Amino acid sequence: MEKVNIVTQAQPWVDRFPLTGRYTYGVAGERFFRELKENGRFFGTRCTACDVVYVPPRLYCLRCFAPLEEWVEVPSTGTVHTFTVVHQDLDEAPLPTPEVIAFVQIDGCDGGLVHRLGEVAPEDVYIGMSVEAVLKPTAERQGGLTDIAYFRPTLR
Amino acid sequence: MTMEQWVYPSVYVKEDDFREGRVLYTTWQPRLFYAWDRGTAIGRFLAELKQGRIVGRRCRRCRRVVVPPRMFCEHCFRPNDEWVPLADTGTVITFSRCYITWDMRRLEHPQIPAVIAIDGASPGVGFLHHLGEVDPEAVHIGMKVKAVWKPADQREGAITDILYFKPMTE
Amino acid sequence: MGMRRVAIVGAGMTKFVRRALETGPELAWEAASRALASCDLRLSDIDGVVLGTAPDAFDAVHMKGEYLSDGAGAWRKPYIRTYVGGGTGVFSVIQGWYHVASGVFDTCLVVCEEKMSSHIPHPQGAFITIFDHILERPLGPNLLWIFAMEMNAYMNRYGLRKEDIAYVAVKNKRNAADHPAAMLGVRDITIKDVLDSPVLAWPVQRMDVSPIADGAVAVVLAADHVARRVTDKPVWIEGVGWNVDTTYWTNRDLSYPTYLEEAARMAYRMAGIKEPRKEIHVVEPYDPFDYKELHHLEGLLLADRGKAPEDAATGRFDRDNENHPDWLPSSPSGGLLGVGNPIAAAGLMKVAEIFWQLRGEAGDRQIPGNPKRGLAQAWGDLMQIGTVVILGV
Ligand SMILES: [Zn+2]
Ligand SMILES: [Zn+2]
Repeated sequence: MEKVNIVTQAQPWVDRFPLTGRYTYGVAGERFFRELKENGRFFGTRCTACDVVYVPPRLYCLRCFAPLEEWVEVPSTGTVHTFTVVHQDLDEAPLPTPEVIAFVQIDGCDGGLVHRLGEVAPEDVYIGMSVEAVLKPTAERQGGLTDIAYFRPTLR
Repeated sequence: MTMEQWVYPSVYVKEDDFREGRVLYTTWQPRLFYAWDRGTAIGRFLAELKQGRIVGRRCRRCRRVVVPPRMFCEHCFRPNDEWVPLADTGTVITFSRCYITWDMRRLEHPQIPAVIAIDGASPGVGFLHHLGEVDPEAVHIGMKVKAVWKPADQREGAITDILYFKPMTE
Repeated sequence: MGMRRVAIVGAGMTKFVRRALETGPELAWEAASRALASCDLRLSDIDGVVLGTAPDAFDAVHMKGEYLSDGAGAWRKPYIRTYVGGGTGVFSVIQGWYHVASGVFDTCLVVCEEKMSSHIPHPQGAFITIFDHILERPLGPNLLWIFAMEMNAYMNRYGLRKEDIAYVAVKNKRNAADHPAAMLGVRDITIKDVLDSPVLAWPVQRMDVSPIADGAVAVVLAADHVARRVTDKPVWIEGVGWNVDTTYWTNRDLSYPTYLEEAARMAYRMAGIKEPRKEIHVVEPYDPFDYKELHHLEGLLLADRGKAPEDAATGRFDRDNENHPDWLPSSPSGGLLGVGNPIAAAGLMKVAEIFWQLRGEAGDRQIPGNPKRGLAQAWGDLMQIGTVVILGV
């Protein structure tokens, strides 16, 4: 077999996959993002049998498979369950400012959202930190995760 | 008791529902750019195309000559043995007249993709290409065809160094 | 062989639609929860889960197995996603079968899902990724090319008439009019309608092709001792077979699916079937295109080579033509052409149809004469894989 030692001598075949996805949010997701967009509120679904509140809401309970029909409003506050500080973009170029990405567990729920943290220096973020959602103005909200601008430390 | 009750009535949305804001959605275009290695067999095949030649590989055990070339015989499951120069002529073993593009736009003049069994390879063995310089309605299975090459200085070592195959005139 | 008997004890599905609001996991749950309800089992009764779905690109979701797992009921259970191209829907049952036959599980939930509508403007953007990236994609192919060329090779080999092939589209779309999950059932369609539909890639016309769809289907498998406890009408998996031909599809004769014959012979052997044309009472061959149903009936040895179109024209494969001397109802569900083609889910729909037919639960589609044995088959990849399941009561 020919061995190519110098990368520039390799002759790759270059192409791309022309894929564009358009995703519906589903039966449960439609209602979740509709509430977020139009009323700035967070909702979850509750499974009474398993004593679980799903956020984002689900149509069914993954534990017991029951359909979930009980919708409950949940707070837009939560706790940093874990986080990372990102210093590079997808092409490994340095970001002008590092970004904090956190898994925010919504208060009183069994789930949460992965989102950006804002109005906080990366070195001040810690696991267990209380945070709250900062929503975009109503007119700018389009029905999607980015209707939440970011989470920030809860003002006390 | 029939199966009717075990069919879940899923929710049907129409294209208008997106346009008119009745259904929320998000879109995404993944950045799927790739640089694939050509490999030993196809690397050589493409290099030969650039020179205006078609080559295949022979397995001495089963005596098959295959194109596109590979470095092993999938029947005998052993390395195959040698490069074989093939002709740039062949026989149409099947074809279509295609009136749509990959993204479903309508074509006025059809493309004519065909599988061409290459002369010098084993019977029925060939590759996919286009037919050209031919009345689409006159194409038939068994038709003898010959490669039409790009000018030598425009070839780049690609399957498209052959522009298409055209009918051979006897 | 020291294997346990395995039965299908329940089945459920979603309606097939062009575009569902549901996410993939929601569709999977809708089908899976109906399948469990149909046999009065709960998720906690299930030992393991098999999920079948097409390439990730088709739903525009990567890691589809994991993405769909919650909806398929796999939370904290042994779980595997399986994939053999278009053959996946039937193969998923085979995978579930060997989980149970081997003694690893007593029960197995098998779920297939597809949400083809996620692609814009059209799933073709995903379909073309199946072509070789160096030697074929630079030619600007679309998915129809290969099927058009296979159909042409088949027609040319035997001198077949387009109208005899079109009869399959008519039959299946009519059959689908009685399927509650169907997206394209049409009771009054004619051969002329098919022959007059726009040419896409000759010889393939619009109505020769099944419509892309969103949907999910699920079945519940159980070992002998569990099956008898769960239902008084277990439908036994009597034979399975699968086989793949070379990926160098331009190096072989496309007019006959030899790989499918191999898969069928494997399944017939296991089921102890010597004369398939007598011993199979109802068949669901894979029909993404009308010619494929005929091609497959030949590969399954249920029709002579090149003769299936002629047989179809005599009404041999009609659902209610029991006076035909060689009657073999084919695609009583309406098939992919009529019910719709959410790839893996469509294959599993065929297995579910045989299940319902053998239990006498197919409603308006029920074929007369208490069928005792049926066969479901799927096909895919680069026109190279055959998957076969034989069911019996
Ligand atoms: Zn629950
Ligand atoms: Zn060999």
